[in-house]
Amino acid sequence: MNIPSNIITLIAGVALTLISLWYGQNHGLLPIAASSDAGDVDELFNFMMTIATGLFLIVEGVLVYSLFKFRRRQGDTTDGPPIEGNVPLEIVWTAIPTVIVFILAIYSFEIYNRMGGLDPMVAGDPGPNQLAHAHHHAPQLVALDPQKQNIALGLGVSPGSKQGIEPLEIKVNGIQYAWVFTYPESGVISGEIHVPVNRPVALTMTGGDVIHAFWLPEFRIKQDVIPGRETKLVFTPNKVGQYPVICAELCGAYHGGMKTQLYVQTQEEYEQWIRDNTFAMNENTDQSPVAVNPTSNSQFLAPYAQDLGVNADTLAQLKP
Amino acid sequence: MSTTVERNVPIADTGHNQHPQRKWQDYFGFSTDHKVIGIQYLTTAFIFYLIGGALAEVMRTELATPDPDFVQPEFYNQLMTMHGSIMLFLWIIPAGAGFANYLIPLMIGAEDMAFPRLNGVAFWMIPPGGIFFLSSFFLDTGAAQAGWTSYPPLSLVASKWGEEIWILSVLLLGTSSILGAINFVTTILLMRMPDMDIHSMPLFCWAMLATSALIILGTPVLAAALILLSFDLIAGTAFFNPAGGGDPIVYQHMFWFYSHPAVYIMILPFFGAISEIIPVHARKPIFGYRAIAYSSLAISFLGLIVWAHHMFSSGTPGWLRMFFMATTMIIAVPTGIKVFSWCATIWGGKVSLNSAMLFAFGFLSSFLIGGLSGIMLASVPFDIHVHDTYFIVAHFHYVLFGGAVFGLFAAVYHWFPKMTGRMVNETWGRIHFIMTFIGFNITFLPMHPLGLQGMNRRVALYDPQFQTLNIICTIGSYVLALSTFPFLINIIWSWLKGKQAPRNPWRALTLEWQTASPPIIENFEEQPVLWAGPYDYGIDTETIDGNETVEDMLATVSAEGR
Ligand code: HEM
Ligand SMILES: [Cu+2]
Ligand SMILES: [Cu+2]
Repeated sequence: MNIPSNIITLIAGVALTLISLWYGQNHGLLPIAASSDAGDVDELFNFMMTIATGLFLIVEGVLVYSLFKFRRRQGDTTDGPPIEGNVPLEIVWTAIPTVIVFILAIYSFEIYNRMGGLDPMVAGDPGPNQLAHAHHHAPQLVALDPQKQNIALGLGVSPGSKQGIEPLEIKVNGIQYAWVFTYPESGVISGEIHVPVNRPVALTMTGGDVIHAFWLPEFRIKQDVIPGRETKLVFTPNKVGQYPVICAELCGAYHGGMKTQLYVQTQEEYEQWIRDNTFAMNENTDQSPVAVNPTSNSQFLAPYAQDLGVNADTLAQLKP
Repeated sequence: MSTTVERNVPIADTGHNQHPQRKWQDYFGFSTDHKVIGIQYLTTAFIFYLIGGALAEVMRTELATPDPDFVQPEFYNQLMTMHGSIMLFLWIIPAGAGFANYLIPLMIGAEDMAFPRLNGVAFWMIPPGGIFFLSSFFLDTGAAQAGWTSYPPLSLVASKWGEEIWILSVLLLGTSSILGAINFVTTILLMRMPDMDIHSMPLFCWAMLATSALIILGTPVLAAALILLSFDLIAGTAFFNPAGGGDPIVYQHMFWFYSHPAVYIMILPFFGAISEIIPVHARKPIFGYRAIAYSSLAISFLGLIVWAHHMFSSGTPGWLRMFFMATTMIIAVPTGIKVFSWCATIWGGKVSLNSAMLFAFGFLSSFLIGGLSGIMLASVPFDIHVHDTYFIVAHFHYVLFGGAVFGLFAAVYHWFPKMTGRMVNETWGRIHFIMTFIGFNITFLPMHPLGLQGMNRRVALYDPQFQTLNIICTIGSYVLALSTFPFLINIIWSWLKGKQAPRNPWRALTLEWQTASPPIIENFEEQPVLWAGPYDYGIDTETIDGNETVEDMLATVSAEGR
């Protein structure tokens, strides 16, 4: 049998394309997607997985093939053909990655824009200290427009999100080793975060001591929480459920324990939760927010309470 | 193939020569011989590799269970910080410098480095730096705990004196690295033998030129950042401390301005080594000499303008994220050129699958994975998800272990006969490779899904749902640990008792193979001759200079040296 080699190449090429396309969609590597942003990122990741699988198969294929095909036989001391270069080939393999990279950059830009990365409200960085200033001086002494100080780093409202729905504002404070959420509308303070489904949520975040990072794996978003600055994350949850909130920036010994939960609830459940907590807050105003909500997190940390140094001072700091 | 040439290169030369050789004591003192210094660098670096590896094994043992039960979390963070810093500053960077020291003068036909005494000084900063570093484990506060990046404000509040020692050691090691780089650049540019123009210089020299440029441009910025951090730490200034009005993000910019180029400082020397090893053992000229040479320079240039891709999810505004995404992605192009050229060099060759070449194959196939995940990470929306997770840990170990360390082992097996005058045992070399390759993939491949699924890095305690994959990683790391034994035993045994090596066991064409193994103190018996390009395999030189073939020349040269 003598199949011409270009037919073999063609078959290999088709097989390779099919495998890459299939694996790019079916790798099963990502957790579920709980927002439309997450869907966009997954689409991008699948695309990159497809290309990566293709390149991986080509290069590893060449290597494994060479390993068997081009072995030097015992006693053979001759050299291979002295091929030092091949201009058309080199142009092709420079041009192909260049084109791929361009496509990828444009595509990533598009997705980033869709996620609200280029929202003008978060496009500028006022620099550090704005918060510190605001605390120490009377507002009129601050040289900058106080309104302007709120533009920060992070992700803004997605241009494609449902217009007209007022985002739910939540303030996030990251401290060693807990997250504290404040709901300005209702005054609720909590150690876990509850949000209604399908309404944009706008987080305004700052760090109390060191840098932390607010990560929602099921939403594919993350932003460092920096002491002395404000950062922002806006997202729209679209699946009811319970999701982990993880600190992703090394923040000390118990960095691994700095977790809590995000509950995406129906509008009614959410309102109920707000009511219950407003009531609880009024009942015992002296109690610290972490204690008001004994989260799985604090239970988790209980054995280390001593090392943690979550003492009276820290708790006092947490009060609004 | 009609173009192939029958070769009868004399390989029987035993490498014995009457010239004086170094004695073992010389390796324990201040020397100005670049070969002694090269070996000093390599052995010192290897000792630190074993220490860094031991720390990693303790970490992996801790990570076999979700709870912090094997070591305390504070101690885990010290291990993690020291493991990373030792592997980078005391293993990979010095090992690259060790090969450069040993090889550059030989490759360009020089008697020594441009500044031999400076060279000795540069080396002798490393052992004290390393010992000082390790001593911080014995402090009350323990060693530094803020990761090898030492981001403030955490580095200002965790383990004060450990952090200060960390800073001082890194400054010492950085100084050593700058002194070395100045020496490499000067040597490469000014000490080449008269006939050797820059385009007939071995590619390893090109790679070291690119590396040294990065060291000289980047390291002083790191030093500046660390000195300011040190002021914040002990003098109470507030350059980076937000509590006093400082800006921690400025530290990150300064740190990564050095430390991103630093990852190329770690990998470029081994790109260079691979470019030397593949043509010899595949018996073919390197494919695209100029493309490989210039891509090293392109990588170092681009490497200087991509640093903020480490800060996509920190204090980087949207438009800046887009800029750094674009520059980072472009680096994939020169890197791709290199990988394709290496594959094309192998293609159609006559490949000897000895230990050096096996590690070169291991390098290509693992570095590829690290490179592909690297392109993904350049994409901002995706990086935002996986930044600071185990996906990153997987990515950089594929680059630094699968790339730099595999390249380094390939280089050890390739140049061992030259350095010691003895052959290594190939069987044990192959066992070493197989164990390393399998152990490496079992350890680091599962870290990709771990990160994607939601496991953050730098944690001593994690969610129980991630345990299965972590157990697999831990088992892999034990295989990796075991894989160093065949290597160590093989190297020590071969060094003492191995078969005598001829001067040119691989029939290679670069100049270092023209002298005895090990080379005599003045490197060459007489001024070497440049009778072929560094990679002219398979080329019938009869057609080039009229009457003599490469083999005749090689035979003459080695006969003279006997
Ligand atoms: C025995 C082989 C190795 C094992 C099992 C291993 C394992 C680990 C582990 C478990 C971490 C901690 C990840 C985290 O908590 O974020 C880590 C971090 C790191 N490793 Fe390795 N590693 C090995 C070899 C190497 C090598 C050869 C290098 C470099 C040449 C290297 C460079 C690093 C760096 C730079 C870090 C980051 C440290 C930091 O986050 O500050 N490792 N490694
Ligand atoms: Cu944290
Ligand atoms: Cu943390």
